[in-house]
Amino acid sequence: MVKTKSNVIQRDEVVVKFVGDSGDGMQLSGTLFSDTAALAGLDLATFPDYPAEIRAPQNTIAGVSGFQVHVGAKKIETTGDLCDVLVAMNPASLKSNLKWAKPGATIITDEDAYDESALKKSGYAENPLENDTFSAYNLVKAPITTLTRAVGKDLGIDNKTADRSKNMFALGMVYHLFGWSFDSTFDFFSKKFKNKPEIVALNKAALEAGYNYTETVEALASVYQVSKAQMEPGRYRNITGNVATAWGFLAASERSGRPLFLGSYPITPATEILIELAKYKSLGAKVFQAEDEIAGICSAIGASYTGSLALTSTSGPGLSLKSEAIGLAVMTELPLVIVNVQRGGPSTGLPTKSEQSDLYQALFGRNGECPVVVIAASTSANSFYFAYMAAKIAMEHMTPVILLTDGYLGNGSQLFRIPKVADLPSIIPPIAEANDKDYKPYKRNPETLARKWAIPGTEGLRHRVGGLEKEDVYGNVSTDPLNHQKMIDLRDAKVQRVANYIPEQEINGEKQGDLLVVSWGGTLGAVMEAVEDLQKQGKSVSHAHFNYIMPLPKNTAEVLKGFKKILVCELNSGQFVNYLKMTQYGHDYRQFNKVQGLPFTVTELTRVINQTLEEK
Amino acid sequence: MNNKPNLTIERSSVELTKEDFVSDQMVKWCPGCGAHAILSSVANVFPKIGYRKENFMFVSGIGCSSRFPYYVNTYGIHGIHGRAAPIASGVKIANPHLSVWMATGDGDSMAIGGNHFIHIIRRNIDVNIMLFNNQIYGLTKGQYSPTTPMGSVTKTSPQGTIEHPFNPGELVLGAQGTFFARVVDTNPRLMTEVMFEAAKHDGTSVVEILQNCIIFADKTHDSVTNKDVRDDRQIVLRNGEPMIFGKNKDKGIRLNGTRLEVVTIGENGITEDDLLIHDSYQQDPGLHLMLAKMAYPHFPVALGVIRAAMYPTYDDMVEEQISYAKVNSKIKNVDDLLNSGDTWEIK
Repeated sequence: MVKTKSNVIQRDEVVVKFVGDSGDGMQLSGTLFSDTAALAGLDLATFPDYPAEIRAPQNTIAGVSGFQVHVGAKKIETTGDLCDVLVAMNPASLKSNLKWAKPGATIITDEDAYDESALKKSGYAENPLENDTFSAYNLVKAPITTLTRAVGKDLGIDNKTADRSKNMFALGMVYHLFGWSFDSTFDFFSKKFKNKPEIVALNKAALEAGYNYTETVEALASVYQVSKAQMEPGRYRNITGNVATAWGFLAASERSGRPLFLGSYPITPATEILIELAKYKSLGAKVFQAEDEIAGICSAIGASYTGSLALTSTSGPGLSLKSEAIGLAVMTELPLVIVNVQRGGPSTGLPTKSEQSDLYQALFGRNGECPVVVIAASTSANSFYFAYMAAKIAMEHMTPVILLTDGYLGNGSQLFRIPKVADLPSIIPPIAEANDKDYKPYKRNPETLARKWAIPGTEGLRHRVGGLEKEDVYGNVSTDPLNHQKMIDLRDAKVQRVANYIPEQEINGEKQGDLLVVSWGGTLGAVMEAVEDLQKQGKSVSHAHFNYIMPLPKNTAEVLKGFKKILVCELNSGQFVNYLKMTQYGHDYRQFNKVQGLPFTVTELTRVINQTLEEK
Repeated sequence: MNNKPNLTIERSSVELTKEDFVSDQMVKWCPGCGAHAILSSVANVFPKIGYRKENFMFVSGIGCSSRFPYYVNTYGIHGIHGRAAPIASGVKIANPHLSVWMATGDGDSMAIGGNHFIHIIRRNIDVNIMLFNNQIYGLTKGQYSPTTPMGSVTKTSPQGTIEHPFNPGELVLGAQGTFFARVVDTNPRLMTEVMFEAAKHDGTSVVEILQNCIIFADKTHDSVTNKDVRDDRQIVLRNGEPMIFGKNKDKGIRLNGTRLEVVTIGENGITEDDLLIHDSYQQDPGLHLMLAKMAYPHFPVALGVIRAAMYPTYDDMVEEQISYAKVNSKIKNVDDLLNSGDTWEIK
């Protein structure tokens, strides 16, 4: 499709960021761009970045919404530090995002949006398009509003309606930059606006107009060519972390034969899990939107007792509200998965930003000695697998499991190689059989220490559970001091023994060396990229990324032992490093922490790792 | 109104007795506590309801009332304070083939669990709620509760409470309740009769039990339950029957304009024909609310089933939506789901 006189630049990877007012349709532009990239055979990762308000005041910095896409011919592990192409629909979005553009980046902007009021609201004293503000960049200013309205006029569509397709005009300009086809985007319009043929026509025409404008005025000095990525053969799709999490649970439900029950309450950024699971009644999924966070988890505990794969999904403040009920699930030894899509805290904090600051809460945030399994997903796509494993461990070991993801993983997307459900690990919950003469509510499997799951309705197994301390084996209420000690120890040992059933911790790089970089959860991509770059430069640095937090993999001590220094990088003030200090003594721990609601950049990680290598 | 128990719950193939529901645990309520009578009524009524014994399930919160599940031999969960309603909701939604019962108190459901209480009722989930109303916190030894009469002296209100109490019936009807009944712990026969009606009702049923706490609020309901006065201060409502009460069966309730009025049959030309006939199945809750609010000294306290209106239940509608989706959705299993929408092959 590329037929301009522009230079063609071969690239391994390109980062594109779409920014505009929160009503400008930037999320949609980014999504359509990603879908087209995927169909062109590129690997990719995306991240939406939007304000907490649905429609913040127009043309203000507070109202800027963004969507970043990283595409490449190589394996894409992050959403990219800085962008090569910045599409900014108004001055406020350009001003607030310029710091995320590489020097020399291509900036596409709507010159019609730079009127006096918009300039004032964004804090520009004079029109930056008319001075040398962007001299270090490849600035492409186009009259996007005027031209989109003209497209509308030809179709007999008023300006107000036409303005809603400005994002498609801009997207057309970006398609020209990559020389991509319109097919999948056109398909999307036809499906999305099935009953509004005039809107389909408008969007198609705007997209084409953007593309043609770019070609006609030769707006771009160069265009990109990104070849197809080398990826493991198979069937692929694009998936967000929240959808992957929901689907992982559905797969676990099908594989275990236990019906799925989700009790949940809407909360940013975890709501999509609730929305997604509510769609699949055809798979028998029961989704209960409760009156609050507490009712969400309590309904799940009720469902768990009756033999369902029981789930509750939330984010930080919601996890706080669920604490007491998690204790009930610990005491009753019922399977339950609590998903915490972490956001910036404390309190309401930064609802739409991402952090790893709920680790302490997941590990310790309950009254009494109250151990639960804690697992963290590390990519949008592998949220599927870790949700599946969380459900498997919860049911097979009869314990609550907290699954930590975060806003970046949850809202971000990645390509996902589609597995077959039959190829996933088996899930065999310890269900008690009818009229089992030996059944006792708290009699345990000697290997896992899991008690049996006796499902109401089953003959011969009537029993009661509850939050009062239980007598070992029999499960009656007991205040006996030695029994209490024994049960505390058993509940702890049961969680610790999960270590016998999870994979060993892997090291990326040599098993011994100067420095081991440790990370966990959603920072995998950036840390891996930084470490691998340094390894290529011959630095003695290895990387261990943890997904299993409580219990830690069995070989953790072995892994840490091989290095002179250990640098723990995390998006909090040092929660995992302190947990390691508590459990893995005698190492020289260093830490790199950032709590800005932003992910790590590869650049800053590289700098800190180099510094740490040089430090004594 | 149907007279059949819930058809989705399997019936026992053998005749059950009270002994089938007696647990092996020692009952630790104080001697003389009204809860003993409630336990006995449940053990009496469960065999009559006729479901398989494995299909009964008890859920409770925290408080004296909430020890109930340990004392009755069914499946059961003793939950956390105030949260019996959402636990019971999860149980019933996940498995509609269970007959789910909830034991709760005025602290558990009117205070800490107030939010859950109104929402289970609003959703009309088929759970039978037994609300033990002793107007006091018993397990924490005598603090006032949301139903303690204003002015009562308790450990936390040494000069008398300055809070307006809830009338649980008003809350239930305000939350669009479909079933509300009231009984007293001193009348086990009526309690058994009402619990049977509650079991039959499809949807959330609330049975408020005026219960005596012999230690911290002794005789709190005495003005209504005392043998010497009770016939004049209680009225037992029965569907289709005129509202008559009094030691001499000569008093009645009639509607005067928009208000209820106590009248004496034979005075001022009043006959039985002037009295209201109780209709618990009436959808309009207006009269039910007036009856639930009747209080001493101006009115007798209404006992029996005040409201039993038929509405669809949440749990039935969940099953209907699932059946519909199973037939009509293209996604029949998780492999279908994983391969739905835009996917592509990389070779």
